Amino acid sequence: MTRPVSLLRRGLDSDLVWQFRQAPAAVLAAAVLLVMVVCAVAAPLIAPHTPFDPGSLNLMDSRLPPAWVEGGNPSYLLGTDEQGRDVLSTIFYGMRISLAVGVAAVLLSVTIGVTLGLVAGWFGGWIDALIMRMGDVQLSFPTIMIAFFIDGVAKAVMPPDLHQATRFYVVILAIGVADWVQFARTVRAATLIEKNKDYAAAARLSGVSSLRILFTHVLPNTMGPVIILATLGLGVAILTEAILSFLGLGMPPTQPSLGALIRVGNDLLLSGEWWISMFPGLALVLLVLSVNIFGDWLRHALNPRLK
Amino acid sequence: MPAAVVSVRDVGRSFDVSAPLVQRLVTRAPRRSVRAVDGVSFEIEEGTTFAIVGESGCGKSTLTRLVAGLDTPSEGEVTLLGRLGRGPRLQMVFQDPVGSLNPRWRIGRSIAEPMPERLSGAARQARVAELLQTVGLAADDAAKFPHEFSGGQRQRIAIARALAAEADLLLLDEPTSALDVSVQAQVLNLLKDLQDRLGLTYLFISHNLAVVRFMADRLAIMYLGRIVEEGPAGRLFDAPAHPYTRKLLETVPDVDNPRRARETEGFEVPSPLDLPGGCTFHPRCPLAGDRCRNERPVLRDRPNGTRVACHAVTD
Amino acid sequence: MLSLVLRRLGSVLLVMLVVAGMSFLIFNYLGDPVNNILGVNATLDERDALRRTLGLDQPTWVQFWRFLERAVVGDFGISYRNRLPVLELILSRLPATLELVFCATVLALGLGIPIGVYCALRPRGAVSRVLQIVALVGISIPQFLIGMLLILILSVELRWLSAFGRGEVVQIGWWSTGLLTESGRQALIMPVITLAVFQISMIMRLVQGEMQEVMRADFIKFARARGLSDRSVHLRHALRNSLLPVVTVVGMQIGSLIAFAIVCEAVFQWPGLGLLILQAIEYADFPVMAAYLAFVGFGFAMINLTVDMIYLFIDPRMRRA
Ligand SMILES: Nc1ncnc2c1ncn2[C@@H]1O[C@H](COP(=O)(O)OP(=O)(O)O)[C@@H](O)[C@H]1O
Ligand code: SF4
Ligand SMILES: [Mg+2]
Repeated sequence: MTRPVSLLRRGLDSDLVWQFRQAPAAVLAAAVLLVMVVCAVAAPLIAPHTPFDPGSLNLMDSRLPPAWVEGGNPSYLLGTDEQGRDVLSTIFYGMRISLAVGVAAVLLSVTIGVTLGLVAGWFGGWIDALIMRMGDVQLSFPTIMIAFFIDGVAKAVMPPDLHQATRFYVVILAIGVADWVQFARTVRAATLIEKNKDYAAAARLSGVSSLRILFTHVLPNTMGPVIILATLGLGVAILTEAILSFLGLGMPPTQPSLGALIRVGNDLLLSGEWWISMFPGLALVLLVLSVNIFGDWLRHALNPRLK
Repeated sequence: MPAAVVSVRDVGRSFDVSAPLVQRLVTRAPRRSVRAVDGVSFEIEEGTTFAIVGESGCGKSTLTRLVAGLDTPSEGEVTLLGRLGRGPRLQMVFQDPVGSLNPRWRIGRSIAEPMPERLSGAARQARVAELLQTVGLAADDAAKFPHEFSGGQRQRIAIARALAAEADLLLLDEPTSALDVSVQAQVLNLLKDLQDRLGLTYLFISHNLAVVRFMADRLAIMYLGRIVEEGPAGRLFDAPAHPYTRKLLETVPDVDNPRRARETEGFEVPSPLDLPGGCTFHPRCPLAGDRCRNERPVLRDRPNGTRVACHAVTD
Repeated sequence: MLSLVLRRLGSVLLVMLVVAGMSFLIFNYLGDPVNNILGVNATLDERDALRRTLGLDQPTWVQFWRFLERAVVGDFGISYRNRLPVLELILSRLPATLELVFCATVLALGLGIPIGVYCALRPRGAVSRVLQIVALVGISIPQFLIGMLLILILSVELRWLSAFGRGEVVQIGWWSTGLLTESGRQALIMPVITLAVFQISMIMRLVQGEMQEVMRADFIKFARARGLSDRSVHLRHALRNSLLPVVTVVGMQIGSLIAFAIVCEAVFQWPGLGLLILQAIEYADFPVMAAYLAFVGFGFAMINLTVDMIYLFIDPRMRRA
């Protein structure tokens, strides 16, 4: 019981927290992020309407402008879309999906990248060469292109109903697979350093198994840069998901992320119903911006020399 | 007759340092290799200290890693002979006190790492406390992190970790060369004391002859990967035969005045990439003759119980 | 130097091989190669004949080799959807995308580098601060949103520009250009801005970062000590040294411009490669997908190679290696 407590205390008066308090932009970004995450997670509790319950929808209420515009209805603060769904509520639910896909995709990238990076760095030789060459090849394509292709091929190959049912996972897979290389490179470099450290040698002499050395000594020491990259990668992942959904490849309109909401709204833009796309767009920008600001700060705070 | 714990037979280790294949093909450069250790043989008797001395880069660390089994020899073999049918447990103490402890681990955890799995948490804690006291630290230091200790204290911790493994053979790779002179003496005393109490066997690496004189029972002098002279430490210090040993002894700092600057040499040690033919020491040797340039001297026994590799030593 | 060039060529070759492999997989295994080549409306006899000549009973590597032979001369069969040769489709869409990407690159470099230099020289000035914040927003805002905002303002509210298409184009050989007509140039405005915002922000941040780094470096201090004027120090030494990484990133960014062009083309219904591939995915038009992948992969490989060569050319340290 004493350990978590003392860890917490050590964490709280660490340099990092002090630096954080000195950086107003980072504090603001973190606060915005926190609010958005809470809204997303608690969407079913705090959303003013239940937009995905067909029974509660009323077509009479469709395409209402925001409440403060002439013709707006105060019960729909940010207006409604063409099916009469409350835009504010769809944003809460949309953020939920955007965040879930983003976090899951980054976790997938981290898992793939860290595993391959550890394997490459630890074993060296041809397996290292193979993994790193694979990474080189992949890096000569933009992440978004790879995600686009994986997603596109999946859509073209799968029968429509299967695709419909698995879209959530396909998007995560596409984005996650597209972005593992940076993690693998970082972890590999750190592994090469760590495995030659004297304490790793001492552990080996004590009969500690390779796997255990990898997990107890090497892995924890590679985590700093991985956390930085993952934070910055989250912004990219959320954006990538939004792009894929906007192109009709990501999340479907029945289970919309912010990007999918914007796609729906895009068709109504020319008829002047700007709020249907612009408010989800604003939420998306706020979300990505605060992730980016926070990630930028974290990178500078933890490692000023990291590229 | 005491048993040998370590037996090293004609051990050699080369490192491939060639340029990448494509570049070699283009520039027609040949493969290149570094001969870090070359035809080394010796034995270490139980409970004694075998010291290896040589300039930096002569292959001492490589040899130690070979003995430890952290690296495999290109040729020859290393045999560890233990009692009761099991090999001796060996541990290393490294030169760099910073890199030898995981900075994220409390030192108690580092010390306990080599202990057997079956030991309970409480037993481990007790043992860690005991070991810390053995090496002259306080029992509650176990909860601290490595950065809270000085270099000398960290070497003590590394020694405690080695003892936790119940090691009976310690490979000490320049364990004190990163420490201040006064701290150095304390750590050396600790090592000697532990050897007396626990009957430990040491392979002790150093480039500092004053330290070696204090520690060693037997002594080997290494030059560019080879042993050039080997024997009981006292005899080597009293009557050095090899010109390189004599040169080293001339430049030994005074034990009483260890800070006196060593005589600097105007000669560059040849690169192990490009070894001189014959006796590798001949470019620096005052006694070098024609034979030395062409024929490699082999290590042979002398009547006084030492071994030497030099054409000019004739007994 | 030579070995470095060879290594780079080797990795380009590897990239091409992997891309060709993927493209082959899509063409041969996702699609039906007979359909791919004859289109869906061929007779049974034609199909059988082709199946034999294609050697679909042959080992995979033989089929792969034949695929490569055809791909090299641009033969990717017939589009399922348009019933036209895929090469013809791609060539007819290529100019639109390239013009878009080219204009966006020019705009991004033309604005990004000067702004970056300015911010590096006056990092604490009010203007730079604002510019830096704008750039941060610029890399956080998805392109389609910028496009939609432009449409909302310039097309829907102000009715200045048409929201869709390329305007009037002039045909020069197989190339069609919108740069020579008034409506063509107007049609470019919104898509180009949309595509360039991210790049401008990116290049600006990069130039600023690198230049500040270089200006802290010792040799700049030496240059100052030698009595060189501030201006010449900044421009000659700092800018040149900080441009090296910029070249690399710009190369990579042109690559991602091609990717982001898909989004941009979707927003503005711009008849380029991006719309083509989106439609191909929608209709499971595998020959077009395979060809697009091969084309784009080839493009990326060439861009990377060019960047590497430029790098070799301007960085003397690399030449010696
Ligand atoms: N892994 C390696 N790869 C290439 N050369 C090495 C390697 N390890 C050691 N060497 C070379 O072997 C020689 C001996 O090194 P080392 O054993 O560390 O010497 P010492 O410990 O006596 O200072 C040096 O020339 C060193 O450069
Ligand atoms: S063999 Fe010759 S060169 Fe070598 S040490 Fe002896 S005398 Fe000197
Ligand atoms: Mg050494």
